[in-house]
Order: sequence, then structure tokens, then C-alpha cells
Amino acid sequence: MMSRYSFGGDEHLFVECAEAMSLEAFFKSLSITTAIRASGIRGVTEICPANASFQVKFDPDVILPNDILREVRAIEKDAEKTEPVVDTRIIEVPVFYQDPWTYETLMRFRERHQDPNSTDLDYARRINGYATVEAFIAAHAGSPWFVSMVGFVAGLPFMYQMVDRMRQIQVPKYLRPRTDTPKLTIGHGGCFSCIYSVRGAGGYQMFGITPMPIFDPGQTARHLREFMVFFRPGDIVMFKPISRDEHDEIAARVTDGQFMPRMHDVRFDLREFRADPDNYNAKLMGLINGR
Amino acid sequence: MAVKVLKPGLSTTVQDLGRPGFFHLGIPVGGAMDRLALSSANLLVGNDEGAAGLEAVFIGPELEFLAPATIAVTGADMPVLVDGVEQPSWTALEIKAGQVLGFGYLRSGGRIYVAISGGIDVPMVLGSRSTYGIGALGGFKGRPLATDDKLPIGMARPVSTGRMVPEPLRRRPGLTAELRVVPGLYWERLEEEARLSFFEDNWKVASEADRMGYRFKGGRRLTFSGREQPFGAGADPSNIVDSCYPYGSIQVPGGTEPIVLHRDAVSGGGYAMIGTVISADMDLIAQLQPNAPTRFVAIDLAEALQARRDQAALFDRIRNALAP
Repeated sequence: MMSRYSFGGDEHLFVECAEAMSLEAFFKSLSITTAIRASGIRGVTEICPANASFQVKFDPDVILPNDILREVRAIEKDAEKTEPVVDTRIIEVPVFYQDPWTYETLMRFRERHQDPNSTDLDYARRINGYATVEAFIAAHAGSPWFVSMVGFVAGLPFMYQMVDRMRQIQVPKYLRPRTDTPKLTIGHGGCFSCIYSVRGAGGYQMFGITPMPIFDPGQTARHLREFMVFFRPGDIVMFKPISRDEHDEIAARVTDGQFMPRMHDVRFDLREFRADPDNYNAKLMGLINGR
Repeated sequence: MAVKVLKPGLSTTVQDLGRPGFFHLGIPVGGAMDRLALSSANLLVGNDEGAAGLEAVFIGPELEFLAPATIAVTGADMPVLVDGVEQPSWTALEIKAGQVLGFGYLRSGGRIYVAISGGIDVPMVLGSRSTYGIGALGGFKGRPLATDDKLPIGMARPVSTGRMVPEPLRRRPGLTAELRVVPGLYWERLEEEARLSFFEDNWKVASEADRMGYRFKGGRRLTFSGREQPFGAGADPSNIVDSCYPYGSIQVPGGTEPIVLHRDAVSGGGYAMIGTVISADMDLIAQLQPNAPTRFVAIDLAEALQARRDQAALFDRIRNALAP
């Protein structure tokens, strides 16, 4: 199916690969944007892949809107033949679920929530049909997640759960967005998990917090020395539940410049994943665990 | 050479023409909200058009010059005071060491731009000196100015003072601002009635209006047509699967108050966008105060490109007027 094209004023070409989220739509967006980058079209100033769509910003003094439209359409045709394969990394993100900081915040904004009498985690557990919060956390941390978009604010990853649609965790956003979210909160809204890269407003349900920085203009953490933003579209994330003690120990190592996330290079093939998702995920997770 | 901040104003930040190239990681282009005003101020003091200056919103700062400099103030209409004596805006002014630049009360518009000969010499971050506040990135220590900050100033080129931008070349929003919009993106998702009312109604700038975006209120509710929501989009008809947001794009969370994203835009999200304010009118938004009456005017892409050429021609006339 061809994508839907529209202009965002005189400087943006907006392309919706599919209305609904799927890994297929994400791969289409990734392969076309990769091909646009490689093509080096004059006048293109920004290429932004998103979950199931993408956007190209251009300078209309250099290339006219209809010319960029024609070029990108041609690239889409070619990109259809591209194999759904990406060379990427699998990264373990330690998560302190049910932490005191997001708990304090969610209590403060309870009147903006669908279910003021429970916590975000307990609400998410209930509407997703899990018997206990522990079982829900095990599901959240039990499969890999695809970084299908980086953005909203600096370096924030949107992550898509790599399981059948039936098993995907889904929750609505807060009725009214909070004005505060702790930095490095693990949030969830719709079918997406995210990590809030900076403190600020937010509408996603809050499940926990990671001690691993993901955006730092000062670039002090070891894994941010090359670039201030850690995540890239196409990264694969595993959440690892940790205790308060482990959280504090990792936070101290981050401060000392000693912490490096556990990660491994991997070639992801969507067809192999589709053929046997559980087995494929087990192999991915084995890479992190050194097996 | 340095400038000392005696009073910071409401929110005064270092801005140049921004840092394109990182929007795919959520880092916006940033830079002066009113680019023509900043560039004009720079040309007046002999800087490159894109040198870093100060952007102050609603309330001006108070600055002590520790060395002589040429300065110019453009943008909003706000009395320019040197040692308490009013001086013309849009004009190159000589400042002696020890003199204090201050401002009176805002008369109209929203943001002033202060250019200082040599430019503000904070470190370049990702190719720009602009302040991105939410990310604590760029500018002066990643934040708005505070009392006692000392701003480093670069090497100035010699320039004659007294030159000014002629009055007719100072572009400002009218009594009712008219923002030209190319409908598109998820425009078709609006009910037909909403497509008409959006352009018919009189809107006003709401109190939530900043570098990230401007919110508008007072028009009729904009209803999106119901549908079975696509997987991953969220339940409200105004929701989409989170996508990129163009600069200038207009979203209407819940259908009530349209938000126009500006230079520090969030790079994406899950609210349907109904169109985009054209590049030539983005500067005008910077000069709107809360409650400023505003209308949205529908145009097509060809007209948007013509408006862009007109804006470029205006800037050329300013360049010619200020050519050394």
C-alpha cells in the first residue's frame, strides 16, 4: 500500500506509511527515511522517522514542494524492495519499578487520573488482565521493545512491545496531562512505553524509573560521551527489574563515570521475528545475557 | 569584553538562527522566534545576520556594559533606555563602558531582540548558540539569564552608529493578527463544520504561549469525525499514532484550543494536526501577547511560496538599507 502524502506548510513533507501502528509500518518508515538520507537530495534539512510515519523538512528556496514530493515518492517505490532488516543494538535498561519518586508524583496528580483510588501500575495491571502487579511487571520486562521513534523532547524514546498485538500492554493516557514527571520515568500510553529524558509535563502512566541517563548535554556519563542523546530509532530495549539498592548502586556508578549499559550489536530481521516471535526474542535476550 | 546582567527580565535567552539537523532526536531548531527582527538587529551593529543576540519576552533586561559596544534593539515596541534616557529602537546605538541598557514598559508586540557588536560569545552547542531551555542546552549555561551573569561578547567589527531600519520595513502583526495557514496533514479528519469555523472565528492568544507553542482560545469547538481508532492511536478522535510535528503545525487536543508549534516545538506526539502556519508568518507569532486577537486565513501552497518570496524581498530591502 502506498503511503499518504501531505505538506506541512511550505517547509515540510509529511508522509503517513500507515494509520495503525505495526512493526511493518515502522520498518517502512525506517527504510524510506534511510534511503532519503542516502540519496542526498539537495535542499533537505531534516529527516525525521516516526512510529508509522515520517517527515522531511526542506528549504523551498532550493527545492520546490512538488519536486521533493516526486523524489520521495520515487524513493518509496524503490524502498518497497528493501529487506526488513536493520543492524542495530540490543540494550538492557535497568528499571526500579514501584519507585518512591514516581509514586509521590502520581499521588500528587491523582485527580487527573482515570482511577484516583489506585496507582498507575495497579490500574494498568487491572485493565490488561494481570492478577498481580508482579505479573504485570514480569510481562513489561519479559519481552524486548523496539525504539520506533526518538523525540517529543530531546532524546525521548518511544518503544513498541515486540509481542503479538493481543499480548501488547495498552493503557490510556492521563485524563489531563500532569505538569510534572520525574526525569527518567518509565511511562506508558496507548501501546507505547517511553523514558522521559527530562523532567516536565507528561500524560503517560508511570511505572518506574531508571538510574541510566539517556540525555545529557554535559555528556558526563560514559555511554553519552560520543553523543548527548543515547537512543536511535531501531534500537531494541530490554527492561531489567532492579531493587532500590541496585538502583542506588547504578546511580553511584553513573556519577563516577563507571556505568556502561549492557548492550550488544545485533542484526534484526522482521521476517525471522514474525516466523517465531517468542523464540526470536529469547535469542535476542540471550545476547544480552551472554548466552 | 563582557556584559553584566543587573536584572534578567521575565525570560531572556541567548538566541541565534537555531540548530537545524537534530529534530529527529527531539532537539528542535530553536533560535529567535522573530528571525527577521534578530537578523535586522545584527546587521545594524555590523554582525553576521545569524550572530547570537538576546531575546526578551514582555519585560526587558537591565544590562551593564563593561566595555563600549554598538547595540540595536528591534522587535516589540518597548522604550529603549540608556542610563535612563530613551533612545530610538531599530537603530544602531553607541554604548560607553559603564553605561546601563534598560527598558520601559512594553507598548505593543511580544519580544525584543538585542544585538551587541561582536555577538554573544557563548559556546556553540550542536552548531548553534541558541538556548533550548527544556533540554538545558546551549545559550548561557542552558538557561534564561539570571542576575549577575556575565555574558561574553565576541570581537566587534567597526560600524557606524545612527543607522536605522526604515519604519515601513519593520513588519508587525496588525490589530488583528492574520496567520496564513495551509490546511493539510490530518485536516480531513475534521468535521465539515469545524473546517469552516476554524477560519471564520475570532481567536485570541491564550495564556499558555511560549517558545514551544502558542495556544489560541475563543473560537468554536473543533470536532473530529468519529471513526474506529487505528491500533496504537488512543481513544479520542483527535488522537493519531504518534507522528512528527512540523514547525508551525496546528494541533487541537480534545478539539478545544488550537496550538501552533513554534521554534522550540516538541518534535512529535499523538494529536492530529489540521494544517500549518506558513514559514513567512512564524515571525509574527513571536510578537503576539496573551489575548491578542487572531484570525487564521486559509491559503494554498503556491500562495505560501509567494508569501515566502515577499518575506525574502522585505529582508533584501532591509539588507540594502543597511549595506555599509
